[in-house]
Amino acid sequence: MDFDLMLNSFPKLLNATLITLKLLSLSLIIGLILGFCFAILRLSKNIFINRFAYGYSYLFRGTPLLVQIFIIYFGLGQIEFLRSSFLWVILKEPYWCAIIAFSLNTGAYTSEIIRSALQTINLGFIEAGKSLGLSNKIIFFKIQTPIAIRQSLPAYGNEIILMLKGTSLASTVTLMDLTGVAKYIISTTFKPVEVFIVAGGIYLFLTFLVHNLIKFLEKKYSY
Amino acid sequence: MSLLSFGNSGWGDELFFATLMTLAVSLTAMIIGFIFALIFTPLKLSKNRFLNIIANSYTTVIRGVPELLVIYLFFFGGSGAVMFVASIFGYNEYIEINAFITGSFAIGIISGAYSTEVFRGAIQSIDKGQFEASQVLGLKKPIHFLKVILPQMLRLAIPNLSNVWQITLKDTSLISVTGLVEIMRQSYIAAGSTRDPLFFYSFAALLYLLLTFLSMKLINKLEIKYNRGF
Repeated sequence: MDFDLMLNSFPKLLNATLITLKLLSLSLIIGLILGFCFAILRLSKNIFINRFAYGYSYLFRGTPLLVQIFIIYFGLGQIEFLRSSFLWVILKEPYWCAIIAFSLNTGAYTSEIIRSALQTINLGFIEAGKSLGLSNKIIFFKIQTPIAIRQSLPAYGNEIILMLKGTSLASTVTLMDLTGVAKYIISTTFKPVEVFIVAGGIYLFLTFLVHNLIKFLEKKYSY
Repeated sequence: MSLLSFGNSGWGDELFFATLMTLAVSLTAMIIGFIFALIFTPLKLSKNRFLNIIANSYTTVIRGVPELLVIYLFFFGGSGAVMFVASIFGYNEYIEINAFITGSFAIGIISGAYSTEVFRGAIQSIDKGQFEASQVLGLKKPIHFLKVILPQMLRLAIPNLSNVWQITLKDTSLISVTGLVEIMRQSYIAAGSTRDPLFFYSFAALLYLLLTFLSMKLINKLEIKYNRGF
């Protein structure tokens, strides 16, 4: 065990954790919005819209995240139309490509979580709202949505942790996130175990925080 | 389409063998995972606190740390660890482990952590009466496990194991960083030499979709078979 190396690499890895957290929080926010929209589309009675939303979630859940990042980062640059458009400012940056890939990926999983939460709501709640004469809009936003949020909390907590681990793939498109820096230190010092303990420890600490935050929220919103 | 032709002019045969490689790694990893799960599930359910802590730290650490980091640990540390063990037995030459073994071990340990949780859940949801009944009948422990618990556990575990299989299948794409030529690596090579990344990565995505689709069909059949009589 090389404790000096562990102590020396800790600040560097902690610095890289900031990038990991930035990637995670941005893609979770965008993914949550996407997931909510697609969950509503999934519940639509129009077969075309329904199929479209299903296809989106099937595509992104059935392929590895690595393929998705590579298609967006290496693949999209090949399309002339995109290269000449204003989108190129975003698509040439690996940072934004990673965020787009992560958001689309977590959006697909989130849409499934929210859909199943919306579908499993006790019909009695909705009927109660109807018999009180509430409009459909109010029933959806004031009754269905809060209950669905509470129900999807445990599954969404898992999704946050999966996404936290997913951000490690950003290192494959030259971003120096926690895993990227860890790999760099390993390949220059050839001390994999020490670096794994420190970097893995930081990841475990983060999952621990997420886990407890979700537990706290579950307790707070339990009924 | 000419990019996909078989033979020297296209990438069809290379991608075909890469797909077989992905399948081989996933299957090996899944089996290694089962072995780990069969070791760690009893530890998790045991009444000994020390054994509990060991099993819990295995599943917590592996499920809380990115797969890529575990793969890097095995890739950079694997031959070092084997050489250390070999040096105890007096063998001091350089040993290189091939990418297939490192990859399937790394993914296998990850999939083992998920399988452990699945098995634990399945055993815990078996009716308590079954345990009591086999105790009353005076069955010996191995027979009790093999004839009473295991068949019921498998039936309950199949739906969740199919999730584990999907995760494992998708995780194998990460082994491409170690240079093992599976779908992802082969697409990377093809994309590099034809300068057509969009086509090859999209095709890789299609191959993964095909694999997940076909395996779901197969697993559904298994599920029906094990659910006979329920």
